[in-house]
Amino acid sequence: MNGVHDMGGMHGMGPIQKEKNELALHENWEWRVFALRRAMGAWGKWNIDVTRHEVELVPPAEYLRMGYSERQFAAFLVLLPKRGFITPEELEAGKPAPGYHVATPALTVEKAATLIAKGVPANRDVPVAPRFQAGQRVRARNINPVGHTRLPRYARGKLGVIHRDHGVFVFPDTNAHFLGEKPQHVYSVRFGSRELWGQQAAPQDSIYLDLWDDYLDSA
Amino acid sequence: MTTSRRDFLSAAVTAAGAALTPELHHTHDHEHQAVPSDLALRVKALESLLVEKGLVDRAALDTLIDAYEHKIGPRNGAHVVARAWADPAYKQRLLTNADAAIAELGYGGMQGEHMVVVENTPKVHNMIVCTLCSCYPWPVLGLPPVWYKSAPYRSRSVIDPRGVLRAFGLDLPADVAVRVWDRTAGWRYLVLPERPAGTAQLGEEQLAALVTRDSMVGVGKVAPPQVGVSA
Repeated sequence: MNGVHDMGGMHGMGPIQKEKNELALHENWEWRVFALRRAMGAWGKWNIDVTRHEVELVPPAEYLRMGYSERQFAAFLVLLPKRGFITPEELEAGKPAPGYHVATPALTVEKAATLIAKGVPANRDVPVAPRFQAGQRVRARNINPVGHTRLPRYARGKLGVIHRDHGVFVFPDTNAHFLGEKPQHVYSVRFGSRELWGQQAAPQDSIYLDLWDDYLDSA
Repeated sequence: MTTSRRDFLSAAVTAAGAALTPELHHTHDHEHQAVPSDLALRVKALESLLVEKGLVDRAALDTLIDAYEHKIGPRNGAHVVARAWADPAYKQRLLTNADAAIAELGYGGMQGEHMVVVENTPKVHNMIVCTLCSCYPWPVLGLPPVWYKSAPYRSRSVIDPRGVLRAFGLDLPADVAVRVWDRTAGWRYLVLPERPAGTAQLGEEQLAALVTRDSMVGVGKVAPPQVGVSA
């Protein structure tokens, strides 16, 4: 979707502010949100693309006003009832509905340790032929889906060169909408900065994006 | 108790779509951030609800938090960088198969399942950004700092990387090519910074102590050891 999250190249966002003590998360509640999202993710009722898209659906003014953790929390609160974990009434009341079923947590301490150590790989060991090879010229497609995509607006319609074939990975545009993994090759694609931004960019500079087969045409 | 929790979560429902709190002020002194305590209470209320329904195990939450708050951070990446500086064969493995080379040192896992290491040289400067969200190589750098997740860094890094680097105090000459890696897919990138001058005699641990988080994101260089300061 052409949302405010797709902000590469936008102006007016203000200066980059470094902090004296650069903690990743400052407040305890942010850590709880961080962990709760992983613990609920362990149920397998969504995937990383679903959660990313839910964050993208936070209304733009809210998205920009909120800090990172608040944004994640807002999306999480939408996702939980959507996937049937809690009812809107339970969320409203702050307590389980009468006669509720007590589940057994999906994420145990042991499984949390495994999650930290192994992660959730997005590659797929399936035989899918690559459409492109290193050195080949490609043009990023000019697509404007209302759903999730990982092709930033600033690269659409632009010419690049395949730098490297990363292998076969889950395709976010379908996976985010529970439409299947549609595994396909992902490539590191090099775009000259001037191709993306015009003469104001330094001619020797470049931007590399990891892009799926479905985002590219040969050029 | 029930009443107060109801209040918190009712407001939390609102949080999903409406204004709740003033924006965090990421000032140089974060002690003064206007963090809303009611948001903290809403998170607590949601956690209680999920625990009560048996959906989450608090001990598992604590395991996750302890790992990323206390154990997994940029010292891991510094170890990788120092090894690469000290051992040319390791560096070669790191640049050709980063996953395996990083695993040799015992690192890997969530948000670092697929790693690429890019090398800075006198003529090439690499930097990392995620314009679409906040992708970052957790196993080697920990969770990202606030500025990395912020709109100013995400928006500007691709269109004005040299300006961003200047904001970080790095003014690159024109004969250095800047490569910006915008993390759109499952691959996570780590910059192998240039080894600073005056470090020929240093061992791996001393080298690692010089390596900063910023240098591994590519918004800084590794400074030479300070003369006259004993290790």
